[in-house]
Amino acid sequence: MKIKFWGVRGSIPSPGPKTIRYGGNTTCITVETDDGRLIILDGGTGIYSLAQTLLKRLPVNCSVFISHTHWDHIQGLPFFIPFFIPKNKIHIYGAFDPVYERSIKDVLGRQMEYCYFPVRESELKADIEYTTLRERQTVEIGSAKVTNILMNHPVLNFGYKIECNGKSLFFTGDNEPLYNIYDPHHDYYEEYESLIADKNTILLNFIRGVDVLIADSAYTTHEYPAKKGWGHGTFDSCIEMAKKAEAKSLYFTHHEPLRSDDDLDAVYRQLQEQYSAVSGMPQYAVAYEGLEIEL
Amino acid sequence: MGIKRQEIADMVEKMPAFPHSVHRVLDLASDINSDPKELVEIIEHDPVMILKILKLVNSAYFGLSQKITSVNHAVVYIGLNTVKNLALSTAAIGALPKRTEAGFDMDAFLLHSLSTASIAKLFTKKMNIQSKESFDYFLSGLLHDFGKVVFAHFMPVEFQKALLIAKEKEISLFEAESEIFSINHTEVGSLLAERWQLPSNLIEALRSHHCLEGDRLLVTDVVSAANRISKELRIGHSGNNLVEKLPEEITGRFGTDIDGIVGALGNVKAEIDKAMIFINL
Repeated sequence: MKIKFWGVRGSIPSPGPKTIRYGGNTTCITVETDDGRLIILDGGTGIYSLAQTLLKRLPVNCSVFISHTHWDHIQGLPFFIPFFIPKNKIHIYGAFDPVYERSIKDVLGRQMEYCYFPVRESELKADIEYTTLRERQTVEIGSAKVTNILMNHPVLNFGYKIECNGKSLFFTGDNEPLYNIYDPHHDYYEEYESLIADKNTILLNFIRGVDVLIADSAYTTHEYPAKKGWGHGTFDSCIEMAKKAEAKSLYFTHHEPLRSDDDLDAVYRQLQEQYSAVSGMPQYAVAYEGLEIEL
Repeated sequence: MGIKRQEIADMVEKMPAFPHSVHRVLDLASDINSDPKELVEIIEHDPVMILKILKLVNSAYFGLSQKITSVNHAVVYIGLNTVKNLALSTAAIGALPKRTEAGFDMDAFLLHSLSTASIAKLFTKKMNIQSKESFDYFLSGLLHDFGKVVFAHFMPVEFQKALLIAKEKEISLFEAESEIFSINHTEVGSLLAERWQLPSNLIEALRSHHCLEGDRLLVTDVVSAANRISKELRIGHSGNNLVEKLPEEITGRFGTDIDGIVGALGNVKAEIDKAMIFINL
């Protein structure tokens, strides 16, 4: 498997001199399977540069897995040029919208409606197929298997595990570790704790031993209290998840739009100090646009 | 009139919730810093809202290995904001009237449902039933008469007839319902619970709380007894004027008669008051 990051930013694109090294595009990751099939994780603005490279290998046949439909994960999709070219085959997968009871096709189609975009979804020339996924539904893409699990975010968010020839990766999408909404003296406190423990166990068992864990580390632990409930993790919470799941390597992503290259370097140095004496650590790195990992 | 089962399920999809919870959810939704505990509390005290949330989380879209019956579990599983928006979309449908065209008093009905739920929960405390399981008892109590709200809201004219027949013939309301609709509230409740893949003990409690045949689950007997105690204490009104004696099949399970059970439960009124404070009726 070959993994490549095309966008590592969260919330909103953040171009400019301070984000040149890590990049300013929002989430988009590709996974090329051993048998050459292309899997795209999320359609943030990073998908635009990916699209340019795909124009050299037409017709495009790819599968796009959407973790969730917040703007920063879908805003590049209308500009994914392969949609406009006949004979391309694109299969899009994602969760359904339980509140308005809409399929992934309906949710994504709306961002191309008259008010938002000049070309309607139905006018796209490529052969586009949509599948609204159930949780834990496995999709086979060539020699790879893609399975999802529900994470914790203010909208349904699937984390995706991709397995291919004994290698595996897990991408959290956006995810905040669960926390108890009750005070310790409340009648429901203990029950809630045990519900959280159960769900964490299910998640850890699902991702145990992955080779690559790509995780939402939007905040530092210091920043987190002011952002609690917003649906994102911290560098420390990602390390904890990686350690408990015995992931072999961890890549931090969904960088805050205002976090400059120097800030990210500083966070990394601080983590190195903080965890230098801790045993059982996975390899870890801050993801940047253009980073490639080969498994 | 006979009603098709599919029609009942379709009707309930569009059913509004009780006025108090609708107002509170709308208030909560306008406050970005609202307390999540409050949201759970509102949903837990509204038979329509809780049923709709549980219907979703137990649906085939989710890969659950076990059924979800508590709102807290739903919040942990699909997230607070999704639960909040689901409650809000239910609230957006509108609110049930306080009194339906059938002359059925919804406030009194909600009081009866909540008090039955609270008493059922009190049983679990006395019987040392695990806290995870105890919510199933509360929920079974809360939903045991749900079918009546469906009749009252969607078929008020016919339901009024059923209420009258029950009164005139001095029969139980569920028998009068069967005469009018060819289906009674226990069947409607269990049908919905079954269709929406809720846990089997809940389906069974809704189906059998007026039935003495066969092997009865403990939860069914607890709900039957709680239902009876709520009526005895005259808290709210279920629409059924006939207060049946608690049969020996049930008293036998608890080893004492109704007064004995009430005595053993301790301060029933105080427990019910806790739930009543919430709905502010």
